[in-house]
Amino acid sequence: MDFFGDYTLRLVALGSAVLGATSGALGSFAYLRRQSLLGDAVSHAALPGIALAFLFTGSKAPLVLMVGAGLAGWIGTLVVRAVVGRSRVPFDSALGIVLSVFFGLGLVLLTYIQKRPSAAQAGLDSFLFGQAASLLRRDVVTMTVLATAVLVVLVMLWKEFKLLSFDPDFASSLGLPIRRLDGLLTLLLVVAIVIGLQTVGVVLMSAMIVAPAAAARQWSRRLAPMVFLAAMIGVFSGVTGSVMSSTVPRLPTGPTIVLVLSAVVVVSLMLAPRRGLVWRFLRLGRLLRAPDLDPVLMHLFALSLQHPGDPDHGHSIAVLRTMSPGGADVGAALEGLADRGLARATGDGLWAPTAIGRREAERVLEREVES
Amino acid sequence: MSPELEIVLIAVVTAVAAALPGAYLVLRRTALVSDAISHAILPGIVVAFFFTRDLNSPLLLLAAAATGVLTVVLIEALIRSRLVPEDASIGLVFPALFSIGVILISRYAGGVHLDTDSVLLGELAFAPFDRLTMGGVDLGPRALWTMGAILLLNLVVISLVWKELKLATVDSSLAALLGFSPALIHYSLMTLVSITAVGAFDAVGSILVVALMIAPPATAYLVVDRFAPMMWLGALVAAVSAVLGYGVAFLFDVSIAGSMAAACGVLFSFAFWFAPRRGLLAQGRRRAAQRLDLGVRMLVVHLLHHQDTEAAPEECSLPRLHRHLKWSTGRTQQVVREAQQRLLLERSGELLRATDAGRRLAEAAIIGEFSILNS
Repeated sequence: MDFFGDYTLRLVALGSAVLGATSGALGSFAYLRRQSLLGDAVSHAALPGIALAFLFTGSKAPLVLMVGAGLAGWIGTLVVRAVVGRSRVPFDSALGIVLSVFFGLGLVLLTYIQKRPSAAQAGLDSFLFGQAASLLRRDVVTMTVLATAVLVVLVMLWKEFKLLSFDPDFASSLGLPIRRLDGLLTLLLVVAIVIGLQTVGVVLMSAMIVAPAAAARQWSRRLAPMVFLAAMIGVFSGVTGSVMSSTVPRLPTGPTIVLVLSAVVVVSLMLAPRRGLVWRFLRLGRLLRAPDLDPVLMHLFALSLQHPGDPDHGHSIAVLRTMSPGGADVGAALEGLADRGLARATGDGLWAPTAIGRREAERVLEREVES
Repeated sequence: MSPELEIVLIAVVTAVAAALPGAYLVLRRTALVSDAISHAILPGIVVAFFFTRDLNSPLLLLAAAATGVLTVVLIEALIRSRLVPEDASIGLVFPALFSIGVILISRYAGGVHLDTDSVLLGELAFAPFDRLTMGGVDLGPRALWTMGAILLLNLVVISLVWKELKLATVDSSLAALLGFSPALIHYSLMTLVSITAVGAFDAVGSILVVALMIAPPATAYLVVDRFAPMMWLGALVAAVSAVLGYGVAFLFDVSIAGSMAAACGVLFSFAFWFAPRRGLLAQGRRRAAQRLDLGVRMLVVHLLHHQDTEAAPEECSLPRLHRHLKWSTGRTQQVVREAQQRLLLERSGELLRATDAGRRLAEAAIIGEFSILNS
């Protein structure tokens, strides 16, 4: 494979780089605003737009299809907003309804187009799973122009979007037009998704929004480095995945890009400094093996204070479990306390602190108060 | 039975089977787990297929259901690591698993009846051709038996743990305090969702699974308040969507699954607009009534303030009223008419005057304002 000599391959790589950069950057904002799955709804909702744009114009020009996709995706976000704002249907259900209903509508239209005698629809199918090899020069030009526009707006309104993402109430108190900014940021997300649809496909485009941001977030606590890194991860995965899929036969583009991305996410979750699972495991390994006794003892002590005259009153392990954070092994902790003579079982699943245990708990409490 | 009737029957059974566990997903705010599961079971199906080489093997269903549960385990593990928020965890896990499935199919399963389109979109139209025979006797389409069994399973499980599921859905802390393991209940439900998704996925494709699980219960949620009616109404809505969707697909010769999903959407928007009390129209009517009532109160307060004073001919005259209250003439007329009907004011020529009832209402309104201001 001669990367620099092969025109098609260069085109594919360029297109994927463009889509990776925009979806990484815009995805970071969606990720931080807890709207990761909005991308899923938007990309599925774009399908009927693509079909309708083709039905009305008979054209498969990238701009025509992208405008159709963008309009449908944008309408999808408006429907989600209306349903959440005007009814008690929760956000996630609204997303599920929009994504499946719009996608169903898209399927109906696609099958309708296929059945028409003039069947010049070939190529619309590639929007399901994406086909990097089908990228033409005009596609890449359109993608690049749109991506530049999106990124320019993002940079120009950087401070506003940052404020909107982290503290919308404060932003609103400064007199920023919150609703319009929110709409604009969502619109940019829609455009970023539309840019990638032909390459990645509607089914997996949502991963291009979530995964680069999730990976980048592990490495950075600050917005600007995170957005930049997410864009770079998007470029890397997009180019690697689409070039692989263009050179290896029967390797669909969307899934390949997503797998490269997922690998980057796994590595990031493992190795990220301080937060990474590997470091956490090394640091916490010892602590995890020995259950933390103090919190359970304190809970037991707190419960026994409710029965001042009855030191032998047993307290249910189920109650202690609900007082402890999920995942804590309360049973093991109680056994540990019993070994040390701080607590004892008074019945089936019932526990009480011993006299030593109560003194120990008071001591811990004093220490806490002092510090 | 004619093939058309068989398709409708399969569609209805599938729709009802999906809508039952869907009601819990909507209320537990885990609706998109259905999206995740219905996509992520693909690699399970493919890998099991490589072992059995038989698309009808029950092993496929089991493997897929297991993959569905594995998906939930992975998502929960990601959430618990606290490295990724909940929504992003879902968005990370299922595309990865689905991609593995798609790549496995397109690389290694060429030529067999297992292609990505039918996985995603379903091929309900072909379901009647795959028949279950026993001892040479035709028992009907296989999909009908599979989905019938799944529907029965859902009904049995849900009725057995009805109280527990309801409690865990409505108040999970109380359920935990009473000794029901939230994790056990959660995973049982997710197993049910996985099995249903697998069966439905085979018949109608993964996207329709999402439509059938979420949209009908959400539609019912707009109409009724109690849990049991919500579940039954959801099942009914799903069945109607199935029949409606098939009818449209049959008439225009388009994708059955897509058309059923669209029908779910149509019924949902119908409820969104027209549901009694919660629909947009009912909300609008209520708001208009409140606005009118507020207007009436303002009017009687205004009249009470000015009548029997020198300014009365100016302030309380019907043609000038709208300028003093800063209302449009239309609204002024509407409010005056309403107040007259409620016998709160009387009219002599152009001059309006609050009646005793109007006086009482105005005083109550003012006292109400004060008590709000002072509180």
